[in-house]
Amino acid sequence: MSDMPTRLIASGSQTVGPFFHFGPGDHPQLGSLIAPGTKGERLDLQVRVFDGQGAAVPDALVEIWQADAEGRFAAPAPGAPRTDAFTGFGRMPTGADGRCTFQTIRPGPPADMEAAHINLCVFMRGLLRHIYTRLYFAGDPALGIDPVLLLVPDQRRATLLAHPQAPGSAVWTFDIHLQGDQETVFFDL
Amino acid sequence: MTHDERDPLLTGTQPPLLYPPYQSTVLRAPTRPLLRVPANMSDFNAPVYGYLPIGEADHDLTRQSAEEPQGQRITVSGRVLDEDGRPVPHTLVELWQANAGGRYRHFNDNHPAPIDPHFTGSGRTMTDAEGRYRFVTIKPGAYPWRNHHNAWRPAHIHFSLFGPSFLSRVVTQMYFPNDPLFPYDPMFQSIPDPRARERLISAFSLDLTEPEWALAYTFDIILRGPNSTPFEQRT
Repeated sequence: MSDMPTRLIASGSQTVGPFFHFGPGDHPQLGSLIAPGTKGERLDLQVRVFDGQGAAVPDALVEIWQADAEGRFAAPAPGAPRTDAFTGFGRMPTGADGRCTFQTIRPGPPADMEAAHINLCVFMRGLLRHIYTRLYFAGDPALGIDPVLLLVPDQRRATLLAHPQAPGSAVWTFDIHLQGDQETVFFDL
Repeated sequence: MTHDERDPLLTGTQPPLLYPPYQSTVLRAPTRPLLRVPANMSDFNAPVYGYLPIGEADHDLTRQSAEEPQGQRITVSGRVLDEDGRPVPHTLVELWQANAGGRYRHFNDNHPAPIDPHFTGSGRTMTDAEGRYRFVTIKPGAYPWRNHHNAWRPAHIHFSLFGPSFLSRVVTQMYFPNDPLFPYDPMFQSIPDPRARERLISAFSLDLTEPEWALAYTFDIILRGPNSTPFEQRT
């Protein structure tokens, strides 16, 4: 007998469908990643989702996952009660305007030559499997050295940038285009 | 390409992004090739944990109201394992479903079947140290949708799991044995490999059926991973 473990096949993905709002979409506390003691620069992150005709997607479920102000992913032990410690995880459904908003902090720069970023995972009716992407912050001087961003063809890098509503604003917007000229770069991980 | 398309063992075990028989994919599936990001360059494999407080009746959808919901009482239980067969302990399992008449408690569900005021259709729990979970609920009904003429979804329960990282994240649907609607359902049929489709069908268990009380169905869920073994190095 080989001591290689038997490989099982991961369960097939199926769409989240249109009716998740009373289940995974029903936890408004997951829209705020911050507590009074959370360190870091506060920001309101608006994520907007658009379909292949440019129409707002009113039934997407958006998850974000990010490092803390020191650039660390700090997941607490599973089952631990919620504390002021930064969890880095958020989840919100989009509204009729295709938008959802997270109260969070700007993540700190990762240690090793990367630009600060927030990971995203998106589910919706019409997606049989979820899609992964990542947002960076427009104007970040580290954009030019980030190894993942450097994998992206020049002309598509802008699709991964979040922008402040106005210079100096704490409100940042990240648009996800599922298709079209501005189609967001999604990742094969 | 997706990770499963790169791996011959996984061919056909996951649905494609674009699957025109399911009409909503046409304007929503990304059209450009996904950007391959090597595992060691990404922090998508950093540990993740969705914070949700688990209430005492959250796993029992028959006890979330003053009265019991209508319908066939069932238990749904199983194990959550990784691809190496190791249990995934202490991970969040969420489910949501239609009621016995095939109606969701949702503002956009216009199917003219009755709302059950005693059924939320939403539950969650954590796996135990051996990766086991168990829910008590009622068997959902099939329901019509407008994808094509006379389209009906087979009875199903939606599941959402995290596992150790975003890479193990999965949202799927559990079906019931011998449903006559399987051949006509584009969501079920979107998974090319018939064996992979069959793994989304729960099994009836007489052993776990509780006399005088509830029928039992079992459903094991396999999460992608573990992350300690880069997929590129697997054969």
